[in-house]
Amino acid sequence: MATDTNKSGRSGGYTSVVCIKQVPDTKQVTGEAMKADGTINRAALPAIFNPEDRNALEAALSVRDRCGGKVIALAMGLPAACAILREALMCGADEAYLVTDRKAAGSDTLATSYILSQAVRRFNPDLVFCGRQAIDGDTAQTGPQIAEKLGYAAITYLEKLEMDGDWAIATRDIGTGIETDRVKLPALFTVTEKFGDLRPYEMRRVMKYKKAKAPVENGGAAPEGAAAIGQLSCDDIGCDPARCGFAGSPTSVHRIVSVVLAGGDYKEVAATDEGINGLIGELIADHTIG
Amino acid sequence: MMEDRSRGEVWVFAEQEDGRLSDVPRELLGKGRALADRLGVPLAAVLMGDRVEGLAATLFAAGADKVHLVEDPALAVFRGKAYRHAFVRLIRDCAPQIVIFGATHMGRDLAPAVASELRCGLTADCTDLQIGDYVDPKTKEEFKNVLLQIRPAFGGNIIATIVNARNWPQMATVREGVMKPLDPQPGRTGELVRHAAGLDGVEIPVEVVEIIRRQSTVNLKGSRIIVCGGAGVGSKENFRLLHDLAAVLGGAVGGSRAAVDLGYCEHERQIGQTGVTVRPALMISCGVSGAVQHLAGMQDSAKIIAINTDRDAPIFKVAHYGIVGDLNVVVPKLIKAIKQKGA
Repeated sequence: MATDTNKSGRSGGYTSVVCIKQVPDTKQVTGEAMKADGTINRAALPAIFNPEDRNALEAALSVRDRCGGKVIALAMGLPAACAILREALMCGADEAYLVTDRKAAGSDTLATSYILSQAVRRFNPDLVFCGRQAIDGDTAQTGPQIAEKLGYAAITYLEKLEMDGDWAIATRDIGTGIETDRVKLPALFTVTEKFGDLRPYEMRRVMKYKKAKAPVENGGAAPEGAAAIGQLSCDDIGCDPARCGFAGSPTSVHRIVSVVLAGGDYKEVAATDEGINGLIGELIADHTIG
Repeated sequence: MMEDRSRGEVWVFAEQEDGRLSDVPRELLGKGRALADRLGVPLAAVLMGDRVEGLAATLFAAGADKVHLVEDPALAVFRGKAYRHAFVRLIRDCAPQIVIFGATHMGRDLAPAVASELRCGLTADCTDLQIGDYVDPKTKEEFKNVLLQIRPAFGGNIIATIVNARNWPQMATVREGVMKPLDPQPGRTGELVRHAAGLDGVEIPVEVVEIIRRQSTVNLKGSRIIVCGGAGVGSKENFRLLHDLAAVLGGAVGGSRAAVDLGYCEHERQIGQTGVTVRPALMISCGVSGAVQHLAGMQDSAKIIAINTDRDAPIFKVAHYGIVGDLNVVVPKLIKAIKQKGA
C-alpha cells in the first residue's frame, strides 16, 4: 500500500477500532421464540453479527484498503461473542478483542459506552466506527456516547467517507437531506447500511482464523499461535467499577409487557363487487372518504 | 436522588433547521404539556440556533410556558459538539427535571452526547411517556412522580417501561409522529429567557461543507388516507396499482419494511417502528402480513382495511374491515367502486 504517495491518506495510514455487537436476530422472532408466558426465549433466536456493525467494519476496511493502517475489532459481551470477532478477522480485521467481565453485566448504554471507551483508549485510534444502532435495542446511543467520553468528534449516520490527512470528509444522512462534513481526527462514526455491505470472507483468512479463540474459550489459557482473540477485563482497561454494570447504569427496566395482538374483531368484506361496493358506501356515509 | 429537583421544569428540545421548526417540537410540547401539568411545573422549550427568536411565538402557541433561547452564530447549523456544549451548560444552570428530544437524526445525535456528559439516563425512541411512582425492587426505595419511559424493544415484540429515578434530569427521545400536538393557540404568550451559548474558546472539530435537502414528495404523516403495500404486493409493477388507488382517494402510498427491502417502494415511504408512525383517517393495507414492528407504526389509524390472501395474517388483528382475497383483484374493484360512487 503506497500510503506515502496517496494524497488522500497519510504516512502510516490510520488505526481504526470497530465496535461490534452480537445480537439476537430480532427479525426471526417467530412462534417458537415466544415462551408460553408471552416473553421471548432469547436462546431460541440465532445470535448474529449486528447488521449495521458489519457496515461499520466495511467502512474501516475500506479506509485501510485506500490508505493503509490497521483495523481492530472490539466486542463486549459473553464469550459467545467471539463468534463475530472470528467473522471480523475472516473478513479482514487485523486484530480482535473481547471485553468480557461479570462487572459489565446489566450495563445500560451509559455504562456500556464507558466500558467500551476505556477499551478503545488502549489503542489510541485515529478512527472509531460503530454501527448506527443494534437491532436488539435500536437505541443508537452507544456510538455518540463513546465519542463524548473519548473527546472525539462524532459523526452519526455515515454513508460515505474519504480521508484527507488529519481530516476526514464525511457524508451523512441528516434525515431531511444529506450533509457533507469536514471532520478533524480523531473521530468516531456511526455507520448505516447505505455505506455498503461487508465484504465476504477471504478463504486464506478463514483457514487462519476459523479456530481463533479468546482465553475464556480455551479454559482460561492463552491460545497457542498468532490467531488469537485478545481478552480484556474491566480491570485491564482501568474501569471504575462504580461506572460499570448495574452500578453504573442510571436506567432500569420497570416492567416489560410482550406485545399480544388482541382483537381479530373485524368486519369481513367479501372480495366481490357487491361486497366492495357496500364497503365504499359505508366509508362515504361516515365521511371517511368523499 | 442527589438533590431534589421535583420542582424543576419539563423541557422539550425545539429543533430547527434553516430557521424552520418541523412538526416534532409541537408534538413534544403536546406531551410535555400533559407531563408538566401533572407535576404542576412549567413547560419550557429549548430553542437553539442563530437568529431564531422569531420561532418562540410558535412554541408558546403550541403549549410552552417558557422558551429558553440560546443564539450564537456557531449554532447556525447543527453540529453535535457545539449543541451539546450549550445544552449541557443550560441544564447545569437551570436544573430541569425532565428533558425530551425528538428521536430524529438531530435528536438521536445530540441527546446521547448530552446524557453521556451529564452521566444521566436516556431512553431512546419512546412511544409514550407518563408520570408515575416507582419502587426499586431491590432496595424497596420508593420514588414519587418519576418519568415512565415506554418504548418498544426487541424488534417491537416487547414494550418496556424504563425509569431513571436516581439521576437528574430524566431524559428521553420520542418517536416522530407518535405524540399529538395541541391545537395551536395563536396569541398565547410566555416568558422568553435568553442564555449565552458559552462557546468562546471551545474548539468545534466539524465544519459543515454542504447540505443538500431532500425534496420530499411523500408526506405520509400529513395524509388523511394512506394505501400501504407489503411483500404480498409481489412486484414493483403491482405497486402501481396502489398508487392508482391512492390517486382516486387523494391519499398517499406507504410500504412495510419488507416492501422497502424488496425495492417495491422508496425508503421514505416506510411505515413502522423503523419508519414513519402514522394515524390517518383511513389506512388501506394491501398484502401486508403485519409484523409487530409495522403494526406499531399504524395501528392507531382511525379505520383500517386489510386485504390479504392469508386469513391468518396478523394484520387482520388490528383491522376494522378485512378482505380475504388477492389484492390484484380487490384493488381494481375498489378503484371502480370509488369512481362509480363519486367519492
